[in-house]
Amino acid sequence: MANIISRTPVREQEPAKRAANFEEVCYGFNVEEAAREASRCLHCRNPRCVAACPVSIQIPNFIAEIAAGNYQAAADIIAEDSLLPSICGRVCPQESQCEGSCVLGVKHEPVAIGKLERFVGDWQLENGSKEVAEITPNGKKVAVVGSGPAGLACAADLAKLGYEVTVFEALHRLGGVLSYGIPEFRLPKDRIVAREIEKVERLGVKFEKNIIVGRTVTIDSLMDEEGFSAVFVGSGAGLPKFMGIPGENLNGVFSANEFLTRINLMGAYAPELNDTPVRRGQKVAVVGGGNVAMDAVRSAKRLGAEAYIVYRRSEAELPARVEEVHHAKEEGIQFAMLTNPVSIEADEKGWVRALKCVRMELGEPDESGRRSPVEVAGSEFEIECDTVIMALGTSPNPLIASTTEGLERNRRGCLVATEEGATTREGVFAGGDAVTGAATVILAMGAGRKAAKAIHAYLSEK
Amino acid sequence: MYEILRKVKLAENIYLMDIHAPRVAASAHPGQFIILRSTPEGERIPLTISDYDVERGSVQIVVQTLGVSTLKLAEKEEGDSVEDFAGPLGRPSDFIYENIEELRGKKLLFIAGGVGTAPVYPQVKWLKEHGVDADVIIGAKTKDLLILTDEMRAVAGNLYIATDDGSEGFHGMVTGCLKKLVEEDGKKYDTVITIGPMIMMKFVSLTTKELGIPTIASLNSLMVDGTGMCGACRVSVGGKTKFTCVDGPEFDAHEVDFDEAMRRSGQYRDEEQRRLERYKDHKCRIGLDK
Repeated sequence: MANIISRTPVREQEPAKRAANFEEVCYGFNVEEAAREASRCLHCRNPRCVAACPVSIQIPNFIAEIAAGNYQAAADIIAEDSLLPSICGRVCPQESQCEGSCVLGVKHEPVAIGKLERFVGDWQLENGSKEVAEITPNGKKVAVVGSGPAGLACAADLAKLGYEVTVFEALHRLGGVLSYGIPEFRLPKDRIVAREIEKVERLGVKFEKNIIVGRTVTIDSLMDEEGFSAVFVGSGAGLPKFMGIPGENLNGVFSANEFLTRINLMGAYAPELNDTPVRRGQKVAVVGGGNVAMDAVRSAKRLGAEAYIVYRRSEAELPARVEEVHHAKEEGIQFAMLTNPVSIEADEKGWVRALKCVRMELGEPDESGRRSPVEVAGSEFEIECDTVIMALGTSPNPLIASTTEGLERNRRGCLVATEEGATTREGVFAGGDAVTGAATVILAMGAGRKAAKAIHAYLSEK
Repeated sequence: MYEILRKVKLAENIYLMDIHAPRVAASAHPGQFIILRSTPEGERIPLTISDYDVERGSVQIVVQTLGVSTLKLAEKEEGDSVEDFAGPLGRPSDFIYENIEELRGKKLLFIAGGVGTAPVYPQVKWLKEHGVDADVIIGAKTKDLLILTDEMRAVAGNLYIATDDGSEGFHGMVTGCLKKLVEEDGKKYDTVITIGPMIMMKFVSLTTKELGIPTIASLNSLMVDGTGMCGACRVSVGGKTKFTCVDGPEFDAHEVDFDEAMRRSGQYRDEEQRRLERYKDHKCRIGLDK
């Protein structure tokens, strides 16, 4: 390993410029850069990257095709395991999955697998064949609840097997968290998300928007009255958590879900084009350390605020993708670490004036293996701000379980399902965040595909 | 797309629309609401269902023009369509789950204010269809702003009108009318259900607390998705935070923190006002170009 070339840098929008717009931060690799980076792969006989990928994409194989300039072949290899390479290449936590296991990373820097995956995905959206192989309908109908990553993956696989699939989406736009949650600057909506969904439409999958399963229709009415033989529930984890501290209902306190939904789904960052307003704070404190917290804080910054992350552990424990933390810092986001809010203070009109916090120090590791933060006595102080955004995670919406007889939930409110996606109700399958609680796009996509297999097995036997 | 089958101007700035949305009509119950977007760039507007017709596949809403979004909706005509129409949302009124015999033995009073009259209608109608006569007070600033009085008269037990200026019915607020009915006319009510402006519901609640009548209020909080995702609609009920969209919209009025609810409802008021002025100004200039 004498001549290891360095990891190919990826071109990005200037931090100072991008901190004031919502255009995509990262430009991705061009052909030359992709070829250079692809040449770094060592083609390990026992590739650890594949084992670390939640859907086991044949990573060295697709990288070899990039190096050879066979982009369609690379796309075909990825397509065997993943439906959404343009999306996962952008949002997967590669550092704790494929790239985290790359042998090159032991002494040098790992291969930029995520950027290469994105390159292939984007190449295919741009240049790939739009033709769909002939599908023979098998006459059976399957309903999919939710058009996020789990639902899209399940629907696509079932459609390829000949099922007549209808996806029911509660909102007015398809994509679930890809549309309402992840911001444009990380995942472009029209250029990437909409086109990935078009791929699924081309397979013959039907989409019905504005259908709230559990209200507009129920699982039972879909199966008994509308002739669906099976249902896949991929309704995600949409309910925001709050801390339960005093002052959370003050004006100027929002869930990250609300803040991001206004910006992403409703387009509030472009007031000249869209009617939905969003709070543009002067000084915004975002509580939390995950990807959603980073998305919220960077969005607030782009809307003109001085923006802070307030997190109770230290930087090493931040659950967000490394790249997002890095980008946030470049953009001038300030990080108040080992800081835990205890209350939100109001001005005389009931608007946020300050976030009252205590300093924390790290104690013993907790059940998650992370050192748990312990309050430093007498360390109370205030962070002056006019807006507080709570990014503390989400839990599944109880609506479907509560309106479907025999569909069990666990203590955390998640649907009970087997590894293959079978729920406690016959003919009803589930996967993604609705089962696991808030997780990643790739895990949801993987769960959707597993459930498609299980649904096929179930309906083939029936 | 969802076609506007019928549009009627009920009063200045208040319009009734029947909108074609068969799936929503088939599942709607009294007390629930819908969310619509009139245009591709529009806001998601929550509106309480004011009637529904399963056979025709239509859902009725009543809208008062307040901001840009409601103005754009009101500018639509019969035959036009709205972009999105989702529902029914929220929990239906509790009484539809009650034992109907027990319900028939109860005296219910609805207190409606302004456009709040519209969502009261399907509740009173449902009760009438199930053999329950409920009394109704409709309040408005003045006679010209009263809506749906004939429709309500047809389904209500007794209908009382209250206008602030005395131009029709009782001269004064709905709370005054309520007090008169109970204290002077000797009426007894087991439950009051109130729908209208937040400030009116607050005072109805204070009055019924004094009179010892259990009361339900239907809140019209700010919302984005309406399915429990955003939490914009959080409201304190009995000291606990609830989401109007999924836990409500109807709550025990005596437990609701109306002052907080009113304050929260005003969060975007300045912004909305600016947008409204810009929109009106824009329309003005388009007009001049012609």
